[in-house]
Amino acid sequence: MDAADGALRPDDGQWPLWEVFTQGAHGEPFEHAGSVHAPDAELALQNARDVYTRRGEAVNLWVVPSHAIVASAPGDAGPFFDPGNDKPYRHPQFYKVPRGVRVF
Amino acid sequence: MAASAARQAADGRDEGHGEGDDAPGAAAPTAGAPPVAGPREAPVADPLVEYLLRLGDDRLVLGHRMSEWCGHGPILEEDIAMSNIALDLIGHASMLLGLAGEVEGDGRDADALAYFRDGVQYRNALMLELPNGDFGFTMVRQFLFDAWSVPCMDALSRCGEPRLAAIAAKILKEDTYHLRHSSEWVVRLGDGTAESHARAQASLDELWRYTGELFDRDAVDEAVAARHGIVVDHGALAAQWRALVTDVAQRATLTLPADGPMRRGGRKGRHTEALGHMLATMQSVARAHPGATW
Repeated sequence: MDAADGALRPDDGQWPLWEVFTQGAHGEPFEHAGSVHAPDAELALQNARDVYTRRGEAVNLWVVPSHAIVASAPGDAGPFFDPGNDKPYRHPQFYKVPRGVRVF
Repeated sequence: MAASAARQAADGRDEGHGEGDDAPGAAAPTAGAPPVAGPREAPVADPLVEYLLRLGDDRLVLGHRMSEWCGHGPILEEDIAMSNIALDLIGHASMLLGLAGEVEGDGRDADALAYFRDGVQYRNALMLELPNGDFGFTMVRQFLFDAWSVPCMDALSRCGEPRLAAIAAKILKEDTYHLRHSSEWVVRLGDGTAESHARAQASLDELWRYTGELFDRDAVDEAVAARHGIVVDHGALAAQWRALVTDVAQRATLTLPADGPMRRGGRKGRHTEALGHMLATMQSVARAHPGATW
């Protein structure tokens, strides 16, 4: 059964699940902080604020319905992320970086 | 007066305070121990103290009531939300009662005022001491309070008493969040299932008769306006509250009850039976071990 935001309602009788991302300081990347249950977006934002920013951990907050997140499967880890240690030609390691050039 | 002072000395609560308590109006601290129990029927000489007690007691009582939900919330997130609100309110009370004690100048700090006054000395509005009821009752009561508190603190943040203005500015930020939280819940409960709507409407019907007290104006208000520049336009405040409440009730498909006779008395220390039980729980540890620190 679809909810108003298109979420598939989970069978366990809980409210829809939302993933919470917090930004520790302005300009910093948002980091996954955890999840909350909420019936809609406004309460998801409030619940996330109440649960994950109690001790000043955030200046900014995102909540995303969990179903909207597309994630790689554990079985994909090999094909996706195998760093190819045996393929040095895939990495730009043959340049000498001149002094004075900042390396990020 | 003498009989109550004698009772106070005899019940063993004030180690070393008993002997000094014969004159009404005298709190006799023993060297080294914090002065705790003021006389039971001391007239309040300073309207500013009285005014601050009203504001502080509102939040202390409501904060304690909200804290009673800790561990009993309908869902985990809401349990944490209500605990946060309770902590905020108690923090506000701490600041306001601390200032009251400072202005009073008798050596009573926020703890002394919170734990060692009896119900008859409390000055909170009646609506706030009512037992929590169901989740809907708690949220409707919180909303009716927040809708008053936000415009009130907004006005006080600009008042002529700088210490109170600073405290009010701090409180305003947290109250703004509380109002957002409680109003969103009132809308969802009212415009929810048939059961949530019925319960929310019943709560609103029951709480309405307690709302008049929030807008009462008496000699204390006149005195702090004249002497300390603490001017709150009660007419404007009532109009702002009414507008907020009407808007949310409409979105919640709830009907506002007709104005009728209002329950009052909290500002004069005449409380419902609920307050005594609440204070007995709240104050029991501090009274059992006065002056304890950890």
